[in-house]
Amino acid sequence: MNDKQALLSVDNLTVTFRTDHGVVPAVCEFSYALDAGETLAIVGESGSGKSVGALALMRLIHDPPGRISEGSIQFDGRSLLSLPEGEMQKIRGNEIAMIFQEPMTSLNPVLTIAEQIVEAVQLHQNLTKKSARARALEMLQLVQISEPEQRLDQYPHELSGGMCQRVMIAMAMACTPSILIADEPTTALDVTIQAQILDLMRDLKARLGTAILLITHDLGVVAEMADRVLVIYAGRKVEEAPVRELLRSPRHPYTLGLLGAMPRLGDTSTDKRLTEIPGSVPSLLEPITGCAFAPRCTMAVERCHVEAPPLERHGDAEHVAACWRSDEVGTVR
Amino acid sequence: MLGFAIRRLLATIPVMGIVAIIVFSLLYLTPGDPAAVLAGEQATAEDIERLRITLGLDQPYLVRFGQWIGGVLQGDLGTSIFSRRPVMELIVQRLEPTVALTLASLIIAVAIAIPLGVVAAWRSGGIIDRMAMSLAVLGFSVPVFVLSYLLIALVSVKLQLLPVQGYVPIAYGIGPFARHLILPAVSLGIINAALIARITRTTMLEVLNQDYIRAARAKGLSVRRVLIRHALKNAAVPIVTVIGISFALLISGVVVTETVFNIPGLGRLTVDAILRRDYPVIQGVILVFSATYVVVNLLVDLSYGLFDPRIKY
Repeated sequence: MNDKQALLSVDNLTVTFRTDHGVVPAVCEFSYALDAGETLAIVGESGSGKSVGALALMRLIHDPPGRISEGSIQFDGRSLLSLPEGEMQKIRGNEIAMIFQEPMTSLNPVLTIAEQIVEAVQLHQNLTKKSARARALEMLQLVQISEPEQRLDQYPHELSGGMCQRVMIAMAMACTPSILIADEPTTALDVTIQAQILDLMRDLKARLGTAILLITHDLGVVAEMADRVLVIYAGRKVEEAPVRELLRSPRHPYTLGLLGAMPRLGDTSTDKRLTEIPGSVPSLLEPITGCAFAPRCTMAVERCHVEAPPLERHGDAEHVAACWRSDEVGTVR
Repeated sequence: MLGFAIRRLLATIPVMGIVAIIVFSLLYLTPGDPAAVLAGEQATAEDIERLRITLGLDQPYLVRFGQWIGGVLQGDLGTSIFSRRPVMELIVQRLEPTVALTLASLIIAVAIAIPLGVVAAWRSGGIIDRMAMSLAVLGFSVPVFVLSYLLIALVSVKLQLLPVQGYVPIAYGIGPFARHLILPAVSLGIINAALIARITRTTMLEVLNQDYIRAARAKGLSVRRVLIRHALKNAAVPIVTVIGISFALLISGVVVTETVFNIPGLGRLTVDAILRRDYPVIQGVILVFSATYVVVNLLVDLSYGLFDPRIKY
C-alpha cells in the first residue's frame, strides 16, 4: 500500500482457525506497512485478531488449528512465509523480537534471568558464555532495572511485574532487532509502572532505531507512543491514519466509538458521559456480509448490511477508512 | 535442604513403625496355622501343639510383637520357619536379582516414556500422539505376565535370541547377566512406561500452553530446545512423582515377573514364603519393600527443589 521501501510489508494476510464449528477467519485480508524506526499501533477490542496478526508475523501460529491461508509478508527483502523454519529461527528474537502482555508468565519460572537472556544472545550472536552474560548485564542496566547484578541470578518469581517486563524488554532488545512487536506490553501492569515502561520503550526506540509494532486496545497508550494507527475490527482493517489525524478526525464510526469510550484527563464537563459501543464483536463463524461493524453501528444504513465498504482514502493520502458514510463520521451523532 | 532432609528422614520413623504393626498384625490375624503346615499331613494334634510351643506361636499377641520388633531393631528379622535360616540372610541372598531387575526396568520405562510423552504432547492430536497413547492404554491394561509370555514366545522360543528364563549373577559376567535380564526388564519396563508416558504427555500439554513457551519460541529457539530446556524442566515435578509411584508398581510387578522368568529374587522368596505360611519371611520381605518405598518417596521429595526454584524447604 505504501512505498515499496518499507521495512515490513504485510499484504492481504488471512489467518484461519479450524474449530469444531467450522473454519474461522481470525484475520482477514489484512495489509499494512511498517517503516524502519517507526511506531505503528494496531488497535482493536479483545478478539479482534490483533494478537493473531502479530503472531503470524513471527510464524508462531499453532498449526493446527491455525493456518496462514493467504497473503504475503515481506521483511527486509525476504518473504517470511516461504522461508524454511531454520531461517525463520534466525529472524525470531534477532531481527524481529516480541514482548508480551503478561510479563510474569512470559518468563520461564525455572530458569534464572541470566540463563534466559544469555540463551537468546548466544543463539544469535557468536558470543562466549561470559561475554553473553556481560551483554545480559548491560541490557539490564539499559532497561534501568534496580540492582542489575543481583537480578541476573534471580528467578522470575523473585521479581515484580514491572521488573519482569523490563527483563522481557532487555531480552528482546539484546540482539538489537529492527522490529519490536509489543503485544499489549502494559495491560497487565499498574498505571504508574505503565508510564515507566512506555517511557523506556520510547527511549530505547530513539537510541536503537527500532521500529515498534504496538498492539493495544488503549488509545491513551496509542496517543503517547504511535506515529501511525491502524484500527482492526473482526479481523479486518477498518481505518488507518497518522495518530493525530486519527484522534482528531476519525473516519470510521468504530474508531469514533473507541474514542468516545476513552476518558479524557482534564475534561470536567459533567454532561459529557463516556459512551460505550453497544453489543460485542460478531461471531466469525458465520460469514459476514456487508460491513462487519454494521450491526453495532448507530450510523448504519441498509447498504452497510449488504455490501462491504472498501478501504478508501480521505483527504490526506495517508488516511484510509472502510465506511460507506465516512464523510459524515463525526458530524452525525 | 539438609535440614529438610533430616526432618523428612525423622518423619519416616513413625511411618515405618505403623508399617511394622500392620505387617505383624495382618499375619497374626490371617487364618491358617504355620505349625500345622510345617508338621505335615501325617502329624497328630499333639505334634502340632508341641511344634506351636517350640515356635512360640502359643504366646499372646503383644509378647510376640515385642519379641519380633526388638529383633527387627537389631537387624534380626527372625528365623524362617521352613528353612530354619535367619530371614535377613535369606533376603540378602535374594537381593541382587531383584535390585537388578527393578533398576533395569525403571531405566527402560523412563527411557521409553519420557521421549514418547514429550513428542505426543508436542504433536497432540497427531498420528504419533494417537499411536503412543493407544500403546500406553495397551501397556497399562495388559497384565505383566501376559506380556512376559508373549515376549518369551516371540523372542526366546521363535527367534531364539534370548534365554527363556533364569538368572545369572553379575559376577559371572556382564554378557550372560544382561542376556537373562533383558526380557523380564523389558516386560516390566513397558508396563510402567505406559503410566509415566501418560503423565508426561498430560503435564507437557499443560506446560506447552504457557506464555513462556511462546516467548521462548519468539526468541528464536528451536522446537527441540524449547521442549527439553524450557518445557520438560517445568513438567519435571509431576513426572518424578509418578516415577516414584511407579516404583510401587514395580515392586508388585517384580513378584510376578520373577515367578514367570524363574528368577531367584525377593519376589520369588515372597511367593514361596506365602505358600508355606513362613510368617517371619513374609514379614521381613514386606518390611524391606516398605522401607525401600519410603526411601524412594524421600528422594522424590528432595528432588523437587532441584527442578523448581519456587519450592523451598
